[in-house]
Amino acid sequence: MQFGFLLEQVVNGLVLGGYYLLIALGLSLIFSVGGIVNLAHGAFYALGAYISVEITKYLGFGSAVVLSPVAVAVLGILFERFILRRFYDADPILSLLVTFALAMVTEQAIRIIWGAPPISAAIPQALRGSVFLGDFLFSRYRLLILTVVAAVLLGVWLLLHKTSFGRVVRAGIQRPDMVAALGIRLQPYMTAIVMLGVGMAALGGAFFAPITIVHPAMGAEIITVAFVVVVIGGLGSFWGVVISALLVGVVRGITIHFAPAAGEASIYLLMFLVLMVRPRGLLGERIEKFE
Amino acid sequence: MTRYSRRTLLKAGAAFAGVSAIGSPAIVHAQAARIKIGHLVPLTGFLGAIGSYAQLGVKMAAEEINASGGIMGKQIDLMSEDSVNPATASTKAQRMIEQDGAVLLFGEISSASSLTIMQVAERNKKVFFSTGARSDALRGKDCNRYSFHCDIPNTVMVNAVGTALKQKGMVKGKKFVTLTADYIFGHDLLKAAKAFFGANDATLIGDEVIATDVTDFSPYLLKVRQAKPDVVCCNLAGNQVTNLVKQYAEFGFPYPLVGFNLNTGDAWAMGEGNLSGTWPTVWYHTLDNPASKAFVEAFSKKYGKPPENHAWIEYITLKMIAQAITETKSTESDALIAYFEKQTQFDIMKSRKAYFRSWDHQLVQEAYPFTVKAKNEMKDKWDMLVLGEAVPAAGADLESIYPTKTQNPCNMKA
Repeated sequence: MQFGFLLEQVVNGLVLGGYYLLIALGLSLIFSVGGIVNLAHGAFYALGAYISVEITKYLGFGSAVVLSPVAVAVLGILFERFILRRFYDADPILSLLVTFALAMVTEQAIRIIWGAPPISAAIPQALRGSVFLGDFLFSRYRLLILTVVAAVLLGVWLLLHKTSFGRVVRAGIQRPDMVAALGIRLQPYMTAIVMLGVGMAALGGAFFAPITIVHPAMGAEIITVAFVVVVIGGLGSFWGVVISALLVGVVRGITIHFAPAAGEASIYLLMFLVLMVRPRGLLGERIEKFE
Repeated sequence: MTRYSRRTLLKAGAAFAGVSAIGSPAIVHAQAARIKIGHLVPLTGFLGAIGSYAQLGVKMAAEEINASGGIMGKQIDLMSEDSVNPATASTKAQRMIEQDGAVLLFGEISSASSLTIMQVAERNKKVFFSTGARSDALRGKDCNRYSFHCDIPNTVMVNAVGTALKQKGMVKGKKFVTLTADYIFGHDLLKAAKAFFGANDATLIGDEVIATDVTDFSPYLLKVRQAKPDVVCCNLAGNQVTNLVKQYAEFGFPYPLVGFNLNTGDAWAMGEGNLSGTWPTVWYHTLDNPASKAFVEAFSKKYGKPPENHAWIEYITLKMIAQAITETKSTESDALIAYFEKQTQFDIMKSRKAYFRSWDHQLVQEAYPFTVKAKNEMKDKWDMLVLGEAVPAAGADLESIYPTKTQNPCNMKA
């Protein structure tokens, strides 16, 4: 029975990892292609949650989880076009400062628009409750999240590995100078990557709004875990981030099973151990411009 | 676009800094004839959500007092800041007293931060009203002469909910699993809960200690199911409560969820149909008495929403402080302490008056268990709770639900 319980925690950890992945993958892509540590990534996650709660009131939950990421992706275009673009070649400290500032501005803007107290959101009645597979228990809603994450993941993988768009992006990560020499402007690709990245973060926010508290600082809370996932996974590697997100989810679940008080510390210990053995992260590639 | 050179920016910056330096002494001078009061409340972190309500309440009280001529003809100068965490709370409290000239301090929700401010108050011999902290230890073994406690302590919350649960036959012979916030408040509440279970033939078969910044409760919920309890009991705080209740509804477990701690602000954030069970509260905006109704109406008119229980407690606390200063004609700590230790009675918008008990400085007042209103009975989205009968019951001694002198190890040094 003990083993069964543990297995249940592992599976639940994988689901949670999938959710971390939605936020971490965009963060990793933006860093890999543009060399920018986007501290404002959590802010887009929070905006995704707030906008989806608003849309749910008028058009229902189904429309909200589609429209909210689209709306945030459009904000992403503005973010890239008017802010990020000026910092690709600048000192990295400047992009850190500007994205950190943007995170604060967004959080305060949320306070002004929606107020400082948290806003209320709930899962649609049809998606509540658990399903049993044998003796295994799954939250119906989280199974839906898992399906969506799997679909998004497949989509992003196909985009990066099976299209000409993806070839340019991957080349751009490794040798932007060569891409430029071939006469390809990386800028429109970067716009697309930022759109995709912040859109995925908003999707995470939209799906988690009904099961976690929706408040102005929610973006700042998620960004730390997302960074841990990116660092453990390693830069420039799609599968590194995927494996890392799942690993973080599972390690947290198992730790909570045995030592509940250490649950939150376990992921930082994991990061420490991984970096000791592999300083570039699990599957991190050697990227010239960052060495 | 226009580009500014570094030199221009530097000049502008220097000019700005210069103006601020010249400007400030004038402001300090203008405020000399005011009564300065320091207010600290968490606006960030896991208690920030309910802290934001507290700040609305205190602002309204200060504005009302000042509009009616202030205290003894002097305007109140309210300094209200984010207490952040126990270390910062202590630093800010010290600064407010030492540099800003606060005559007294009040506020706080976190029991951990409140404890550090209590120490600052004692060291500086300034009065501190701890408005929202509920840990028994603060008015027990950690009590001191300069600190007063406005919110109900953990033991009272356990008694309020426990009485209601006993009437429903949910205690005797039942197996409980508790989820506990991992800081002084949660540990303290667990202790009170254990005492209650022990005295009423209930067994505690599992306890999960949970860090205050946890947002995902799924691993803990799996463990709850593995333990197969009769009742699940929440001893969490702030955002934790909201997150737990939302995710508990998500998983749809058959075991009833009850709790020994809940603030209305947490409940309002939970979302439709997620909350059930029996919980305690110290005040709710539907309480039926004239003072409460007038306050709720004025607050709703000003802010467009009803007051949360922290808005209420900050409001009545500043009003009690103003009354004490007016009647003693003093802001001296000794005079104020003597005034409150006389067990002066205050109307705190409840059917019975309240007073600070002289030997542990606890505000003795009614509390209420509540259950959750069905959706079709709610008048608006704030109208979520159905208050039970006040505890202690009408006619019973108010102190009967508070720890007695033998139970509460408070020993104040003179």
